Parts: sequence; structure tokens; C-alpha cells
Amino acid sequence: MRTFKDGTVVALDGVSLQVPRGEVFGLLGPNGSGKTTMVRILSTILAPDSGTATVNGFDVVHQARDVRRSIGLAGQYATVDENLTGFENLRMIGRLNHLDRATVRRRAGELLEQFGLADAATRNVKTYSGGMRRRLDLAAALVATPPLLFLDEPTTGLDPQSRQDLWAIIEQLVEDGTTVLLTTQYLEEADRLAKQLVVLDHGHIIAQGTSHELKTRLGATVLALTFDSIDAAARGAELLRAVAGAALNVDGTMVEYPVDGGPAAAAEALRRLDGAGIELAGLVVREPSLDDVFLSLTGHRAEDETTEATTVRSARR
Amino acid sequence: MTTTQTPDNDLRWAVIDILTIARRNVLTLIRIPISLVFAIVQPVMFVLLFRYVFGGAINLPQGQYVNFLIPGILVQTTIFGAVGTAIGLAEDLQRGLIERFRALPMSRTAVLGGRTVADLARNILVLIVITVVGVAVGFRPHGGITPYLEASLLMLFFAYAISWGFAFVGLAAPNSETAQAMTFPIIFPITFASSIFVPVQSMPSWLQDFARNQPVSQAANAVRGLMLGTPTGNSVWLTILWGLGALVVLAPLATMRYRRAA
Repeated sequence: MRTFKDGTVVALDGVSLQVPRGEVFGLLGPNGSGKTTMVRILSTILAPDSGTATVNGFDVVHQARDVRRSIGLAGQYATVDENLTGFENLRMIGRLNHLDRATVRRRAGELLEQFGLADAATRNVKTYSGGMRRRLDLAAALVATPPLLFLDEPTTGLDPQSRQDLWAIIEQLVEDGTTVLLTTQYLEEADRLAKQLVVLDHGHIIAQGTSHELKTRLGATVLALTFDSIDAAARGAELLRAVAGAALNVDGTMVEYPVDGGPAAAAEALRRLDGAGIELAGLVVREPSLDDVFLSLTGHRAEDETTEATTVRSARR
Repeated sequence: MTTTQTPDNDLRWAVIDILTIARRNVLTLIRIPISLVFAIVQPVMFVLLFRYVFGGAINLPQGQYVNFLIPGILVQTTIFGAVGTAIGLAEDLQRGLIERFRALPMSRTAVLGGRTVADLARNILVLIVITVVGVAVGFRPHGGITPYLEASLLMLFFAYAISWGFAFVGLAAPNSETAQAMTFPIIFPITFASSIFVPVQSMPSWLQDFARNQPVSQAANAVRGLMLGTPTGNSVWLTILWGLGALVVLAPLATMRYRRAA
């Protein structure tokens, strides 16, 4: 894959990557970073203006139908028909995947059972909870047993329990041999599921590697310091900035300091604060999260004021 | 773990895709009470309203108003019903369902084909219900069974062509509310400034020219003439021509719009 232009806005630029079979490949980035555009191109919903991409060996433009036969797509909006029952949704998607009736019935039954929806199979999706809808959406993507699954922000907006449930399901799928391309803005999600990661920002790849590699790139440890007042935090941050540089994150009375130099640097930081007479209210030493990675790579947090919903809609106009 | 996929026979699967989508849309129609109200209850209300409230004030030289009214209501209902197509497609687009369909190996024409076939099914239901209700309130189609069936087929064909136009509107609208709003300036002039409810001779002369010659009046005249066994003039042929013309123009237009839309 190389360059894709979405209208006049270059949604993806110079993106080149390979997804290994049989594992979860994570596309990490905030809203508007180009993740969804990437999935839409790879799933043949959107044609790239330039550049090429192959999915399971098929070209997304010239062999779109072969691509469609070999993929499953589950998105952040849980695009199931809420006026149909769970079973009817799976039957519809199964038939539209050109599976014969018997196979559709068998697969729908298996998936409803597997995803804990068997009891709700004959109920209208309208009555489903958010988590149930996502599971049904995922089941629909799996009816045809595709070797490659696109998961576009599968847990966005879900409660923690439903998110855990979905993660367990995804892990099971990968164990059974499915390749997954996962987009997410949740660093925790990428960290837990994805072996290989690409970090996207404004259509560019800004980092690539395993979750572990990305973390070690930043350094080993994060020092999370809590101060008595915002004022004290500001003075403390100023003092530490000389050692920490741009990676320092100040949030109210809290200052997070990624320690590049290991324990010695951490001790040095504490000595400086002590020397200046700034008292600490709290101190936590933790492993870096991918949030920290994102901050140090882009200079901003992995949150963005634009919502994905508007991005998708404006792309559609 | 791969599932056996039936080898593609394009035409056979295109038909199955269309029927699969049509089935979904018919189920949706049945499941949403409000859409059933629009499809069935509303036309019955129109029958009662015009038969018993307005009808007495409408003087016809050529006999009973109820006989004039029912064929008109049939045509009107198919047009009002097509609004549901515009709303439904706009909704599918908005909710991302069409995106999902586009990532499936299904036929490219199935979403619109299925939608319009579901409309056809709804119109057959409407035809039966209104005929029964009509007879109950005094409708006596003297044309005979065969012309009645001919009239029905003609009406269904005309309505099918109209569906494609409303499919286009639905795909062009940014959301379902706008889709609904966009249909009003279309359906009101073509149904009310027509020979559906009253003879066009009763209208002011500037309106008569439009009302007399527009396709919906031709369809209403043709259906009415066949059902009642009165002269149809050129209206049957004109209705077929309008229908064919609409299909030839609107179906490709809607299909093109669909390809661009999602």
C-alpha cells in the first residue's frame, strides 16, 4: 500500500505495510488519523486515488470481488439491522456471502452460541444491549469464515465488561487461525491484542513495531508525580523540563515524567524537587503505556476533538 | 477453517441477492408499526376521508364518486409508499449498513433491486386491501376481472418505475429526515394536482394543463378506465411509455448514485 487520497484531503500518505498471517495487526491512532480510510480501502468500500493494496493476494481495485469473498468486516457502528432478529441478520449476511442455506443455518447457530447470543437469537436486535450488538456485528463478519477479519474500532463506546468479553472472543479467533487487522484508538486494546503495531497520525505512519519495541523506544519507566497544588505542579514541571524535554506531561496537579535514563535519572529528578523545596503528595512508578508512546511521538495525546462519525460522513458526501 | 462457498453463477446469485434484500425490507416493513400504518392505515383513511367527508361536495357528471375515487387512491398510495424507499435507503446509508453490503461479494444492484422489489410486494398488499375496503364502501368496478388485473399490473409497473426515482432521492439525501422532506415537494404536486381525487376540468385552467398531462394523471386515468370499463383514450399507452421512460432514466441514475454513495 502506498498513497491514498480521499477527495482533496490526503487521508493516507506514503503508508506502506504488510500484515503477517495468523496474528492481530494493530492500526493505532486518534480520530482522523486515517485508520478508517485504510480499512475502507482494504475492504473495497473505497477506491484509492493512487497506490495499490493487495488483500490475501488479491488487488483491492481489480479483484475486488475476490477480496470481498475472503474478508469479514466489523465496524464501530455495529451495522446490523435492528428491525431483524439476531438470527435473521446472520442469515441475511450469510446469504449475501453466497453461502448455501444449510451452511448459513449451521454457521448462524454456531456463532450465536459461541458469542452468547443463543437466547436472544429470535429477538429483534432493537432490544439488544450495546455489547450484544457488537458481538452480533462480529458474528455477521464471521459467517463466511473469512481468513482475514477487519475490526474497525470494535470496542469504541462499550462498557468495560463488554470490552473484556469482545477481547476474549478476538483472542480466541486468532488462536483458531484468523488474521485480524484491528484499528483502535485505545492504547490498552492495541497493547493487549496486537503483536505488531503501526501508529498513524494524520495519514502518516509515525511508528512501527511490536508493542514491546514501541515501549522500549520511549524508555523503561514513567514517574507519575502528584503535587499539593497546581502551582506546585507547574513549578515542579519547570524544574524537570530541563531533564525531561517535550515528553513531560502536565495534567492539573499531576506530572508524568518518562524516565529515559533509568533509576539514576529518577533519583536525580526527586533530588532536584527536594532541593527546590517542592513537596510531593504522591509518587507512582509505572511501566509506560502506549499513551505515553503516542505523546512522545506526536507531542499530543491520542485524543482528538474531531469525532470519527463526522469524518465518515464527510467522506461519504 | 474455511466454509464451502457455492461457485458463483452470477445471474442466479444476483437474483438471490435481490430476494435476500427484498425479504429483509419486507420484514422491516412488517416489524416497524409506523411503516405499516403508512402503508395500510393511511390509504384506508384517505378512502374514508374522501368517500364520506369530501366526496359529497365533489359533483361528477358521470356517476358515483366512490368509483372515481378508489382507482385514484390506489395510484396515490403507491406514490406515497415510495417515500418509504427514500427514507429507508437514506437510513441504511446513514447507519453504515450499505457500507457493510459494499464489502460483501453480493451483486452490486441487489440493494436497490431488493428495495424496489420489496416496494412491489407492499404495493400488491395495498392493492388487495384497498380493493376490499373500496368494495366495502361501495366501489363497483364494472370493467370485469381481466381489465381489473390489467389495471393492477399497469399500476404496479408504474409504481415500480416511481420507486427507482425515490431510491435516487434517498441516496442523494444526507439523512433520513432530509430524505423525507425532499419527497414532499415531489409527491404533493404530482398526486394532488392530478386526476387522482377530482376531475381536472374542475381546476383553474392554468393548472389544468399540468394536471391533465402529467404522468400520474395518465396512470390514474388508465387504471380508472380499465377498472370501470370506461374509455381510456391514450392513457394506457402513455402510462406504459412514462413508466418505461422513468425506468430507463431513473434506474441507471439511482444505480450510479449508489455506486458513488457509500
